[in-house]
Amino acid sequence: MTAATQPLPTRARPAQEPHRGAPVIGRKAFVEMIMGMPISLHVKAIDPERADIAAAAANAFTTLRRVDDLFSMWRDDSELRRLQAGTITPGECHEWQAEVLDLALAAEEATDGLFTAWFAREAGRPAYDPTGLVKGWAVEQAAAHLRIVSGISFCLSAGGDLVVGVGRGMREIAPTWRIGIEDPRAPGRIAATVELTQGAVATSGAAARGAHIVDPGTGERIARPGSATVVGPDLMWADVWATAAYVDPDAARERLAAATHDYALTVL
Amino acid sequence: MRRITLWLMSTLSALVLLFSYPTSTSAKAKTTVQAEAPVTESAAGATGSTDATSGAATSDSSSADNSTNDSASQSDSSAGDAAASSPSSSSSSDSTSSGSGASSAADGTYTGEEVMTRWGLVQVQITVANGKITKSGVTQIPWDNPRDQQINSYAVPVLNDEVIAAQSASIDMVSGATVTSNGYIQSLQSAIDQAHL
Repeated sequence: MTAATQPLPTRARPAQEPHRGAPVIGRKAFVEMIMGMPISLHVKAIDPERADIAAAAANAFTTLRRVDDLFSMWRDDSELRRLQAGTITPGECHEWQAEVLDLALAAEEATDGLFTAWFAREAGRPAYDPTGLVKGWAVEQAAAHLRIVSGISFCLSAGGDLVVGVGRGMREIAPTWRIGIEDPRAPGRIAATVELTQGAVATSGAAARGAHIVDPGTGERIARPGSATVVGPDLMWADVWATAAYVDPDAARERLAAATHDYALTVL
Repeated sequence: MRRITLWLMSTLSALVLLFSYPTSTSAKAKTTVQAEAPVTESAAGATGSTDATSGAATSDSSSADNSTNDSASQSDSSAGDAAASSPSSSSSSDSTSSGSGASSAADGTYTGEEVMTRWGLVQVQITVANGKITKSGVTQIPWDNPRDQQINSYAVPVLNDEVIAAQSASIDMVSGATVTSNGYIQSLQSAIDQAHL
């Protein structure tokens, strides 16, 4: 009689069944406008309303605002602009200036000039403008505030370039984030998806802001359609390679393969 | 003396048992892997068995994946893992060439040979429809240590067959060319943010 009532043992994986008794993961979004772009932070946690999560989110936004204070090229009062204007000396600058300068040199070296932070001026020495890598670097700095929060998974996006990460104690059970990559020819629609538990996704193109990426080879702004997306461990480098790939997809693919295997490039 | 001999004998037999054990399991594991290849060639349903072999060490993370995705997209996500690690780029080109050789005529799913890489065995699977690769993925990936997991989480975007509306893609976040403050209101990300604020 037990045999009649008892279901046969199945070989189905239990993971495909809804987790009985498993905690429901909540999700909360924080949005602020910093550096002239929307910053969207989404946190997954059992209780996303926790005060320590809100505090870490505030710290992340504060870090981004601090980076804007230091590196904005659109504000005369930013530290970098004041340094370039000669009103302060390098010795008075935040140590991040030196760090970003080093990274800008490294990025130009790694991409063999497809990415650069030095732009030609009429009859002058090239002007230093690290905007192209500051954003990705800043988001990584901000994400550090979230990586130390226990029991969370997060996605921090700055205008479409994003970091997916986990807090403490979540490495083995990190939820997957499904990232949609916008079709550069049909804004608002999704051309590809990528699933991540940790990592960075950067997309470069002219769809949203118009031609703003300068080809270091010609000094011209690039206005062609399409976009380049790079997935990898660090957002600054993903962004650098995405920019390089938008400038010259074939050359960037070649140089990326020669430089590292940790980053994957998709050109749309 | 008799006790010493007895002790020696028992130690010896214990050692023999100990050494024979891992040999038999590894032999078993090998057969599983070999049996898998023909199955994956014909049907996508083999994903489950693949998980069982490659994900054994990390049942946690694979079950986390499963909780968010159905088994079909599970293979997608491991698909993405393909190009993540360096070895896969070489192995994926292998499978592509074998796929394109057949693709002119036959649609279907092709599984490449296992390739031993610095990080372990990698095996790539592609799906061909109308002479185009519509899906690529890794059916077997090294999951031995946390560093591997980290590498494998850097996935390659899976191209949709056609551009789809965000709602039907059920996405968590959007990556696109930089959105400005002005463009934010009309953006997809804005819609997703609104749902979770």
